[in-house]
Amino acid sequence: MKDTIHSKRPVAVPNVVKLEFFSRSENVSLARLAAAAMAAERQISMAELDELKVAVSEAVSNAIIHGYQGKEDGLITMTLISSAQRLSISVHDDGVGIEDVEQAMKANFSSSGERMGLGFAFMQAFTDGVEVTSYPGAGATVVLHKDFL
Amino acid sequence: MDFKTEHKNYQGRDWLVVAVGGELDLSAAGPFKDKLKTALAKSRSRCLMLDFSRVSFIDSSGLGVLMGRYRELALNGGRIVIRHANDQVYRLLTASGLDRLIEVEPPVGGHFAKEERE
Ligand SMILES: Nc1ncnc2c1ncn2[C@@H]1O[C@H](COP(=O)(O)OP(=O)(O)O)[C@@H](O)[C@H]1O
Ligand SMILES: [Mg+2]
Repeated sequence: MKDTIHSKRPVAVPNVVKLEFFSRSENVSLARLAAAAMAAERQISMAELDELKVAVSEAVSNAIIHGYQGKEDGLITMTLISSAQRLSISVHDDGVGIEDVEQAMKANFSSSGERMGLGFAFMQAFTDGVEVTSYPGAGATVVLHKDFL
Repeated sequence: MDFKTEHKNYQGRDWLVVAVGGELDLSAAGPFKDKLKTALAKSRSRCLMLDFSRVSFIDSSGLGVLMGRYRELALNGGRIVIRHANDQVYRLLTASGLDRLIEVEPPVGGHFAKEERE
């Protein structure tokens, strides 16, 4: 113990945490907290932790605003998988889905007026990889990867 | 979300100063926007100074509210200044390019703070 005060104890990997919550805006902070708690187990800087929180915030906000279009009782499933090399965070909704994923992921593209279309841009800039799977009418799954080398 | 307003005279203009607190995400965006619009309408000031000392987090939902107010105020020759943003907030203001429209005081000892003291 004596030389490990400032270093992290080795984390038991893989670890899986699954959360299910309603599409209510107050749950966005809960999703951020869960991701931050799991990431904080790893070697990660404060700045990287802040970035990961933004990425998660964007993915979950999108599920609420766009996926469920403001409906507050849609189910969102967030799965966090911590493995040796990376933390993968999947955010799934059973909402309206995305017609054109490529277009949706372009910076500054937004389907709603007052929004800036920065969500996917932040997810891409602040993680080590973003995967989006969606079909119109069949929900959307966004997976955010954070690598630990 | 905390929201307190006051008026200040600075550089010969009347500024609506708003001290904001909390996390400016999707859950705060609605109330934040409504309160800003009401306060701006009541004050008739076109200069808005946002004190972000107690804002701990922002994402694109919060940035969207700032962008919306900028668009409205800029039409009438107004200005927005953000002071005391923490590192996370400052980072997103610059990453989004909003710092080119809104005057953002850099995290430590910006020129704005200095000018005000003089
Ligand atoms: N979970 C989702 N379900 C349906 N559409 C989505 C989802 N996530 C994103 N989108 C679509 O992708 C677009 C871009 O998303 P984003 O980059 O976060 O910008 P914004 O949220 O500001 O519109 C959205 O406007 C929406 O059309
Ligand atoms: Mg978005």
